[in-house]
Amino acid sequence: MSLLSNTAILLDKELRTEFRSRELLTTTAVFILIVLVLFSFAINPGTEEARQFAPGLLWLAILFASSLMFQSCFLREQTNDTLSSLRLAVSDPFAIFLAKLIANTLFLLLTELMMLPFFAIFYNIPLWSKLPVLILVLFVGSLGISIAGTAISAISAQARMRELLLPLLLLPLLTPVLVVSSLVTASLLDREPIVQWKGIGFLAVFDLIFLTALWLFGEYLLEE
Amino acid sequence: MGKRIVLGAVAILLVIAAAYASFYVAPEERTMGVLQRIFYFHVASAWAGMDAFLLCFIANLLYVWKRDQKYDWLGVSSAEVGLVLTTVVLITGPIWAKPAWGIYWTWDARLTSTFVLWLLYVSYLLLRTLIEEPERRALLSALFGIFAFIDVPLVFFSIRWWRTQHPAPVIMGGPGSGLDPTMNKVFLFSVLAMHVLAAFLIVERYMLEKMRSEVDTLRREAEAQ
Repeated sequence: MSLLSNTAILLDKELRTEFRSRELLTTTAVFILIVLVLFSFAINPGTEEARQFAPGLLWLAILFASSLMFQSCFLREQTNDTLSSLRLAVSDPFAIFLAKLIANTLFLLLTELMMLPFFAIFYNIPLWSKLPVLILVLFVGSLGISIAGTAISAISAQARMRELLLPLLLLPLLTPVLVVSSLVTASLLDREPIVQWKGIGFLAVFDLIFLTALWLFGEYLLEE
Repeated sequence: MGKRIVLGAVAILLVIAAAYASFYVAPEERTMGVLQRIFYFHVASAWAGMDAFLLCFIANLLYVWKRDQKYDWLGVSSAEVGLVLTTVVLITGPIWAKPAWGIYWTWDARLTSTFVLWLLYVSYLLLRTLIEEPERRALLSALFGIFAFIDVPLVFFSIRWWRTQHPAPVIMGGPGSGLDPTMNKVFLFSVLAMHVLAAFLIVERYMLEKMRSEVDTLRREAEAQ
C-alpha cells in the first residue's frame, strides 16, 4: 500500500513542478511541430503514399521528442541534489520510478494530443472517427517509451555527455515500439482502416516486460 | 599462461580446419554453388556472437547480484568479442547477398535485428567509456546490458511479425528444411571452431581488462599518497 501512496505523493510533486512552468510540455510540443514541418519538406506529404508513412514520421517525431523530454527527468534531481532525500523518503525506490514514468507518460500523451490536429491537417489525414483507438495506441506506445526512457535517463544522468548519451542508449532500445506502433497507426489511418489488436497487444507486452525489469533492477539504478 | 597459448593454438587450428572443410569437404550446393560456402563462416559467427552476448548478459546479472569485479571484466570482454563476431556477420552477409539476391542489404527480420543488436552493444561499450568511476561504470553498464538483452527478442519478433515476409530458416526451420549430412557436419564443426575462437578471445580480453583494472587501482593509490 505504501508503494501506491508514495507514488501518488511523488507523482503530485512531478506534476506540480512541471505545471508551475510548463517548460517541458511547451518545448516538446514545439519540437514535434518543427519535426513534422521539416518532414513535410523532406518528403512530399500530398501524395497517396504519404498516408502510409506519415504515421511512421509521427512516431519518429515522438521518439526524438521523448529522448529530449526525458533529459531533465533525473537531471533535475541531481542538480538540486534531491535524489538522496527522495530515496530516504520512500520505502521502495520503485515508487520514484513509477511516479516519474507516469508523469512522463502523461506529458508525452498531452503533447501528442496537442500535436494531433496539426498532424491531421498537414498530412491531410482525417482522425476524428478513429480517435478512441488512436488514443489507445498512443497510450500503450507512449507508456513503453516512458518506461524505457525513465530507466535509461537514470543511467545517462550519471555519465558524461549525457545529452547525447540518452538518445544513443534509448533509441535502439525502442526499435520494437517504433516498428509496431507505426504499423498499427498506419493501418488504423488507412483508407480501409483495420485495428491491429495483435500489435496493440505486443506493445502492451513490451510495456509489461520493461516495467517488470524496472521493478526488479530499478533500485540499483539509483545507488549512490 | 601456458593454457592460454594452448587454447589460442587450438582455436587457430580449428578455424583453419573449418575453413578447409568448408571449401574441400562440404559438397557444392546445387543452386548457389561456391557462394554458399560463406554460410559456414557466416552462420557460425552469428551463433558464436549470440552466445557471447548471452555470456555478457549472464555476467551482467551476476555483477548486479554479487558485485564482483570479475563479472564486470567478463561482461565487457564478451560484449566486445560478440560485437566483433556480429560485425563479421554483418560483413559476410552482404558479400553473400549481392550475388545471391542482387542487393547488399534488405530490411529483412534477421538482418535488421542483427543490426539493432549490434547498435545496442555499441551503445553498451560507449556507455562504459563515459563513466569514470569503476564501480558505477560496472553497475550502470551491467544494468543497460540487461535491458538491451531483454530487448533483443522483442526487436526480433516485432520486425518478424510486422516488417517482413522472408523465407523460413533453413536450420531448425521445421519440416522440409535442413542440410545435407556432410554439410551439417562441416557446419557444426565451423560452429565449434568459432566458439573456441570466441572463448580464446574472451579469455585474452578478460586478462587485459583485469590488468587494466589493476594498473588503475595502483595509479589511484599512487595519486592518493
